[in-house]
Amino acid sequence: MGIPGGGGAPELYELPPGESELARGRRSRILAGLRQEGAKSVLIAILSTVVFFTVLVVIVLNSPGWLEVKRAFFSGKYFAESLPEIAHRFLINVRAFLIAEAFILVWALFLAVLRSLPGPVFFPLRLLSIAYTDFFRGVPTILVIYILGFGAPALQIEGIPKSAFFWGVVSLVLVYSAYVAEVYRAGIESIHPSQIAAARSLGLTRLQSLRFVVVPQAVRRVIPPLLNDFIGLQKDTALLSLIGVLEAFRQSQVDVAGSFNFTPHLATALVFIVCTIPLTRMVDWLVRRERSRRQAGAAL
Amino acid sequence: MNGAPGADGRVLRIEGLHKSFGRLEVLKGIDLSVSEHEVICLIGASGSGKSTLLRCIDLLEPIEQGRIVIRGEEVTARGVDVNKVRRQIGIVFQAFNLFPHMTVLRNVTLGPTEALKLSKAESETRAVELLERFGLAEKKGDYPDRLSGGQQQRVAIIRSLAMQPDILLLDEVTSALDPELVSGVLDLIRELARGGMTMVIATHEMGFARDIANRVCFLDEGVILEEGPPEQIFSSPQQPRTQQFLQSIIEAGRM
Repeated sequence: MGIPGGGGAPELYELPPGESELARGRRSRILAGLRQEGAKSVLIAILSTVVFFTVLVVIVLNSPGWLEVKRAFFSGKYFAESLPEIAHRFLINVRAFLIAEAFILVWALFLAVLRSLPGPVFFPLRLLSIAYTDFFRGVPTILVIYILGFGAPALQIEGIPKSAFFWGVVSLVLVYSAYVAEVYRAGIESIHPSQIAAARSLGLTRLQSLRFVVVPQAVRRVIPPLLNDFIGLQKDTALLSLIGVLEAFRQSQVDVAGSFNFTPHLATALVFIVCTIPLTRMVDWLVRRERSRRQAGAAL
Repeated sequence: MNGAPGADGRVLRIEGLHKSFGRLEVLKGIDLSVSEHEVICLIGASGSGKSTLLRCIDLLEPIEQGRIVIRGEEVTARGVDVNKVRRQIGIVFQAFNLFPHMTVLRNVTLGPTEALKLSKAESETRAVELLERFGLAEKKGDYPDRLSGGQQQRVAIIRSLAMQPDILLLDEVTSALDPELVSGVLDLIRELARGGMTMVIATHEMGFARDIANRVCFLDEGVILEEGPPEQIFSSPQQPRTQQFLQSIIEAGRM
């Protein structure tokens, strides 16, 4: 941190406007090795890439089972037939993801703040928060989904939803909040104590210091790891298929069962990838924008 | 807030203050009184306890023994609302500690709106007045890392002033600055002194201490070894340790 930690007090205003050194450095790291050596190394890189993939393709195409695999996994016919319905069902995954994410962001922050409350008075709350994260990080997601997905509706309590989708999303929220709470907590603990001292010296209470000074800075810092967890969450929405939610993966299972051809799974995989890759790129972009907006490369 | 001084006319009175970090006793019985409009400079080597003393006064550090009385009210007593006490005391740190995610204006208005519960408009009027007075009005929309160290430190002082404190504590506020940025901050503090602000200043700037202080206290190993008007402390110090300290400062070319 340049500001609270720095005895050296860097004169950041002298940096040129635009993006920080860090952001620039990261983007060009892959190509940097090539540029140093010039055109010759670029040529070698291209050549070795071509050779590598040619060899790989030749090996696969000449393998004894290739024709069988090609028929079972790479059938253009089944792909074209199954894709529209799978893409349509994928909207269920997207909905599960978006609803779960909104609740996770709030619930996990609540858990993390509980765990960050200082002093002996709040010990029971801290304990609860720790027990919660330990429990849900320890149990396989799939078991939580099974138990809640089949168990909760079976209780037949008046007013409690019976839909598998509902309990599937609840399970994802419960499990992922445990992980995201840990991410938040790491962010909260990374804020320098001098920031808290400055807030408290203005007469702000502990909670006000958390709310106005600590949490806003912590959240900014943990955006990249948070988004990583959300890419995981997005993939795990496929687990809802196991309790009967008719989403993309469930749809491809149905298609496969009907045709004995595995190509529909490939279509499902493609749909997921098409969604997650832009998400990761968006994360990178968000991080870069935040950095360049405030020139805070050194402060992060 | 800016009420009458305590019954004895003191804004701040410290009696027998002891403070330890683990086994290390940093303050070993400090007695100090500060009157209204008085400017006290604390001098002494690094580790002599200047910063710790200031942090104790702002109740940022728990103390083991002794009393701190502000305007007649003992703030180290049990059951005192520390947040209320801190609203009466301003403290400025060596490393500025501005909030990097807030604009200059928000840095200054945070205390008034959230701790003093002033309206947004009222806090902003107060903040803009102060920023204008100290030549930083055009920076109000900037984030702290766009400012020079000197500007950041002036904003930090303004942030404290916006709380309209009874007393201002300055903890080596120029030590982290490049030499050419020091004078702007010192000028601001001089202006505050002319305006009658009661201040306790920990500093290594001896020339500054000499012309701003009503009283200079030399801290050595957790006690106030010698105190008096600046002419006396700087021209004819009585204690050998004080003489030694000032001699080393002169040799370092800092006076």
